Amino acid sequence: MTGKTMSGIRVGIALAGAVAVAAPALAQNEQFIPNLVYRTGAYAPNGVPFANGIADYYRLINERDGGINGVKIVFEECDTGYATDRGVECYERLKGKGPTGAAYVIPLSTGITFALTEKTTVDKIPIISMGYGRSESRDGSVFQWNFPLLGTYWTAADIILQHIAKKEGGFDKLKGKKIALVYHDSPYGKEPIALLQKRAQMHGFETLFLPVTHPGVEQKATWLQIRQNRPDYVLLWGWGVMNSTAIKEAVAVGYPREKMYGVWWSGAEPDVRPAEDGAKGYNSAALQHTAGQFKLHEDLKKYLYDKGLGAAKWEETGEILYVRGLINAMLGVEAIRTAQERFGKKPLTGEQVRWGLENLDISADRIKQLGFEGELRPIKVSCADHEGTRTGRIQTWDGKKWNIASDWLTSDDSVIAPMVKEAAAKYAAEKKLTPGCLVTN
Amino acid sequence: MFYREVGQFKTSYDADEAIFPIAQDRWSVIVLIAFASLGVPLFAGQYLYTEVLIPVLILSIAAIGLNILTGYCGQLSLGSGGFMAVGAYAAYNLALRLPETNIILVFLFAGVMAMLVGLLFGLPSLRIKGFYLAVATLASQFFLEWAFARVKWFTNYAPSGSVAVGRIELFGIPIDTPGKTYIFVLAITVVLTLAAKNLVRGRIGRMWMAIRDMDIAAEIIGIRPLHAKLSAFAVSSFYIGVAGALWAFLRLGSWEPLAFDVNRSFQVLFMIIIGGLGTLLGSFLGAAFIVLVPIFLNQLPSWLGIAMSTAMISHIEFMLFGAMIVLFLIAEPHGLARLWAIGKEKLRLWPFPY
Repeated sequence: MTGKTMSGIRVGIALAGAVAVAAPALAQNEQFIPNLVYRTGAYAPNGVPFANGIADYYRLINERDGGINGVKIVFEECDTGYATDRGVECYERLKGKGPTGAAYVIPLSTGITFALTEKTTVDKIPIISMGYGRSESRDGSVFQWNFPLLGTYWTAADIILQHIAKKEGGFDKLKGKKIALVYHDSPYGKEPIALLQKRAQMHGFETLFLPVTHPGVEQKATWLQIRQNRPDYVLLWGWGVMNSTAIKEAVAVGYPREKMYGVWWSGAEPDVRPAEDGAKGYNSAALQHTAGQFKLHEDLKKYLYDKGLGAAKWEETGEILYVRGLINAMLGVEAIRTAQERFGKKPLTGEQVRWGLENLDISADRIKQLGFEGELRPIKVSCADHEGTRTGRIQTWDGKKWNIASDWLTSDDSVIAPMVKEAAAKYAAEKKLTPGCLVTN
Repeated sequence: MFYREVGQFKTSYDADEAIFPIAQDRWSVIVLIAFASLGVPLFAGQYLYTEVLIPVLILSIAAIGLNILTGYCGQLSLGSGGFMAVGAYAAYNLALRLPETNIILVFLFAGVMAMLVGLLFGLPSLRIKGFYLAVATLASQFFLEWAFARVKWFTNYAPSGSVAVGRIELFGIPIDTPGKTYIFVLAITVVLTLAAKNLVRGRIGRMWMAIRDMDIAAEIIGIRPLHAKLSAFAVSSFYIGVAGALWAFLRLGSWEPLAFDVNRSFQVLFMIIIGGLGTLLGSFLGAAFIVLVPIFLNQLPSWLGIAMSTAMISHIEFMLFGAMIVLFLIAEPHGLARLWAIGKEKLRLWPFPY
């Protein structure tokens, strides 16, 4: 038996290599989009609704419109489990599929975004990291292939600070206050630190940085420190189970939830529901949408859910992360549409879609047309600004649902722009890149 | 019939001391290396390079490193991930601060730094043994991970703690395509494997094995445990450090301490257990098994045309992978290399077994 098993493995490995190289051929008029998701692992409760939202939007475009201007969307999911090396493997596996290769890639993890940033430059495939990734990647002259649409972590942190300042009566009132950041100990969690330090320097508040190791189920020591130091506000940069644990620990040490502000990764239903009533009053930054069904859901019901084609359960389609998936897919589809106007209504390469992303301009009218009214503000992307928009709101959990608790807030570019410039220049120097806008012919 | 050494006479000491005294072995290894360096580039696509060959080769170096320590010298270590991180960050800092340094020197420096750290953490091995040593090395893993996440200097004050390397050149030739990277990694692997082979079959290797088999007896026949254990820690950490630097530079390109967390340590340990403790071949087989089987299982349903949800594919991958590890260890506790050795034994007698 042993000898046979041995040769079986060797054949298997050889097969793995051989088949992986020869990707199956697809029909010609199809646009391939890879979809890196995590439906398993520690972060699955958050990953599943997001993946469902993306899948449903692509299916809706195919069912309702027959594709993007007649070009059908073909997408394939690959489960990364939020692991960086697995995410890279998924990307390599899927990037060449379809008649023109991947249109763009949605890494859905800051770590994977970092790892793919260089690979996509070589492969000429744009990255849409909506609301995550490197904050300095909004500088399109250095990060030509990265599109952190709808706000970066610096934008999110700035919006939260502005909201706090408003509550206190202005930034000058923050002097002497103490703001703590409880963060996931990874590049993702560390992203807002630079902005908080900068703002702390400007306004004279104290900061306290408390890292939590992945996956974040052990936070007793962190919250003991919070109890001892009594910060005036706590910002939460958590993910998955870390968020609900943090809220539960806050209840345990008696820290008021009204003074806690999560980033958008810490502001969805799976984050607050496990803490039950304890989460009441907890806030989070909404970049830009909140929970609830809206106009587009009529189409979703008509074309997908009534026919049994939906990926989620109907009652789940109003959840924050599902909606976020819808919006992310919509931005990608609109970028392809924009690129089609220039390059023709046919399957496009990643390079052409990149042009579409850089020239993406979604007006308020167009948002209404697309069925996203009330969820989004107009977006305009350019080479200098791959973020598109820098507005967001604060939402509060009332124990049952999320409610918008603030007006639209725009991050202060006089603070962030110089930081972006400096960080991007440092990256360019480290990588020996010459900054400049990419011209696509 | 094909694999028989009848008629191969050794007429000199050199012939007797050769790495592969049997002609068939010698030729098959030469053919394998020739195929890997000349044949593979003829047909390999990018996926095969970046997701199959390069990771397997780099992790094989790490597995050889751990095998020297655990398989040959008998010192159980759970700190491989940390030593890989030492190599990665040492290489990063040298390349960053002295950008003109030749890339070979950068990787050597990574190995030497990991060696020094390994020596330091190897010191407790003189007093503690077995599982207790494993726990002590686990502490080194956590300490190193902590140091690279917290000491800003190592990451050049990157705000997110994630670092990235620029273009890599060797004697003016940029190593930018997967094909070139593969050849570069292959060359380093071959050189390091050859060095390891010569180490373990010589005086030093015998010293390690004597310590592994019974340290008191080894001490009585005149082997100094200090010398033997620390040299094993040093050589092992050197290999692991080089592997870490290669992993960071040529596989990841940009990384964070999480890339070298305790799971990496376990991964390397499982490689040598499944591949075979105390064999170099086992390091390669184990690395290939641990890296490729999950990827293979993950893609199997789509090749077979079975429509399955993404989550289900992942769950099945985990279950089958776990089951395969258990089955292999039941079938052959000494690892894949032992299966290979049994196969060779059988081949010698074929077609007339007795």
